[in-house]
Amino acid sequence: MADDMKSVPEEDRTFTLNFGPQHPAAHGVLRMVMDLDGELVDRIDCHIGLLHRGTEKLLEYKTYLQGLPYFDRLHYSAPMNQEHAWCLAIEKLIGLDVPRRGSFIRVLYCEMGRILEHLLNIGTFILDVGALTPITWAFEEREKLMGFYERACGARLHAAYFRPGGVHQDLPQDLIDDIMTWCEEFPAIMHRLESLITENRIFKQRNVDIGVVDEKTIMQFGFSGPMVRGSGLAWDLRRSQPYEIYSEIPSSVFPVVIGKNGDNYDRYVVRMEEMLVSCDIMKWCIENMPKGPVLAKGTKVSPPRRAEMKNSMEALIHHFKLYTEGFHVPEGEVYAAVEAPAGEFGVYLVSDGSNRPYRVKLRAPSFAHLQAMDHMCKGHQLADTSAILGSLDIVFGEVDR
Amino acid sequence: MVDQTEALTELGEHIASKMPDAVRKFDVRVGELNLYAERDQIVALLDFLKRDSMCMFEMVVDICGVDYPERSQRFEVVYHLLSMRLNQRMRVKISTDEDTPVPSIVGLHRGADWFEREAFDMYGVVFSGHPDMRRILTDYGFEGYPLRKDFPLTGFTEVRYDDLQKRIVHEPVQLTQEYRNFDFLSPWEGMTSEIPGDEKATTEEEGA
Repeated sequence: MADDMKSVPEEDRTFTLNFGPQHPAAHGVLRMVMDLDGELVDRIDCHIGLLHRGTEKLLEYKTYLQGLPYFDRLHYSAPMNQEHAWCLAIEKLIGLDVPRRGSFIRVLYCEMGRILEHLLNIGTFILDVGALTPITWAFEEREKLMGFYERACGARLHAAYFRPGGVHQDLPQDLIDDIMTWCEEFPAIMHRLESLITENRIFKQRNVDIGVVDEKTIMQFGFSGPMVRGSGLAWDLRRSQPYEIYSEIPSSVFPVVIGKNGDNYDRYVVRMEEMLVSCDIMKWCIENMPKGPVLAKGTKVSPPRRAEMKNSMEALIHHFKLYTEGFHVPEGEVYAAVEAPAGEFGVYLVSDGSNRPYRVKLRAPSFAHLQAMDHMCKGHQLADTSAILGSLDIVFGEVDR
Repeated sequence: MVDQTEALTELGEHIASKMPDAVRKFDVRVGELNLYAERDQIVALLDFLKRDSMCMFEMVVDICGVDYPERSQRFEVVYHLLSMRLNQRMRVKISTDEDTPVPSIVGLHRGADWFEREAFDMYGVVFSGHPDMRRILTDYGFEGYPLRKDFPLTGFTEVRYDDLQKRIVHEPVQLTQEYRNFDFLSPWEGMTSEIPGDEKATTEEEGA
């Protein structure tokens, strides 16, 4: 083989390789056309859109409430975080306040979503660089968390639990207790997972100093989330532009985790640490959760309670109209962003005052991150591309929308 | 919220005074700064916003198109900017029509590349000076601009696997039932927290 290589003239070593869209390391349906110079990557042309479902177009034809479940299908491993951005955009435009208990439940489930997503990412990322075991351990925990999803809203994945004005239903106390028990057990499992990977020689060789992201790249490509924090910039929307009750969480519970070198390995470490922080935030939420309503009462956006509908004609009409016509959102435009697990997930909502959005633009973090593949992989080995892709945390539901 | 509005108004005035040729007008709504700019000046404006010490908008978070078919310049291109250093956001809007190209900002922000391609793909807004103006999200060989308001939700073609030809074929879309677009709009005002008629009960009680 080595002799064959030598016999090939220098200028003939470049060739084009088609990676995906069915490659297991493509994290879904990514197709990359790679120009290679021997083993070295010269250029990557990403072809995306194979999972394009026209979410933005569909949203223009649905009422605000009907549009909500589409958000579960964007970043499908952390569905509630996306719903959150949608609800925040609507609430900002209407000027609606969320009851405190509703806010606490939202934060609780957002952090649960973050753990769900990071577990999936780390599991698949490590699978891409050759370790088979961690993903099974990660999925065991994901399974338990999805059980909590199910017990709150009835669905394991496509939750539709966050609603404008709060969350759909209150959590029963035994569920809260079970979440607390899980939170207490989780750090030990993380420790076990970490002992398997963090100091692993092969894992380090594949990831240290690979895919280094500097500040210039971050600014140029509009990075966010762990991609920024891995490079040592303490930028977290939950801290810098806080929403819900994040500003109340003490920094002893919720420090912003940052890396140092901005390589694949640091991003992995940041994600691992963030999971522990998320776990602490969940505990804090449960400990400090007030009693009270979870959905804004007496507004046009929330349904009347079943008992009310038995006695009040107005409530019955309201229920009917809410689920057919839907509520109206005042004219205007708004951009609401949340710190989703992958980074900044934003919703740009243009309303014309009717019961449907005039235009919705979904700003997906993975879209911006994937765009930098060409820049990040240039000069790396072919085998590094799958490691870099894994560390980008790509989910095709939100890249293609 | 009030402080924020004041600060953003100040910022808008600052930008308008420094770049009078580029800025048409600005306003602050729901705590967000909107700047309406001249299309030809967009590169110069974003360059200024990137460098100015009061702005420092080094990051383009998002670029998207919006379609208003009733306007003479039917498309708006909306840029969302973020300054991590000063922790502030703003929105820049320009308008264009089907034929007039918008100057590309890829030279300033490399990350604008895919966002501009997406705006082209969805609305047909052309960006001049873009290095690689291809479609991005729609299928290979797709025709039309799906997010325009005059493009039907169901589209024009449908795809299926043809077993005889052993390949995917595109055919005009055939619906067994028309897409049902219900018009629920009514003068309904929604429920108030107080149910009508309740006030009588309380006054009677008080009277008694």
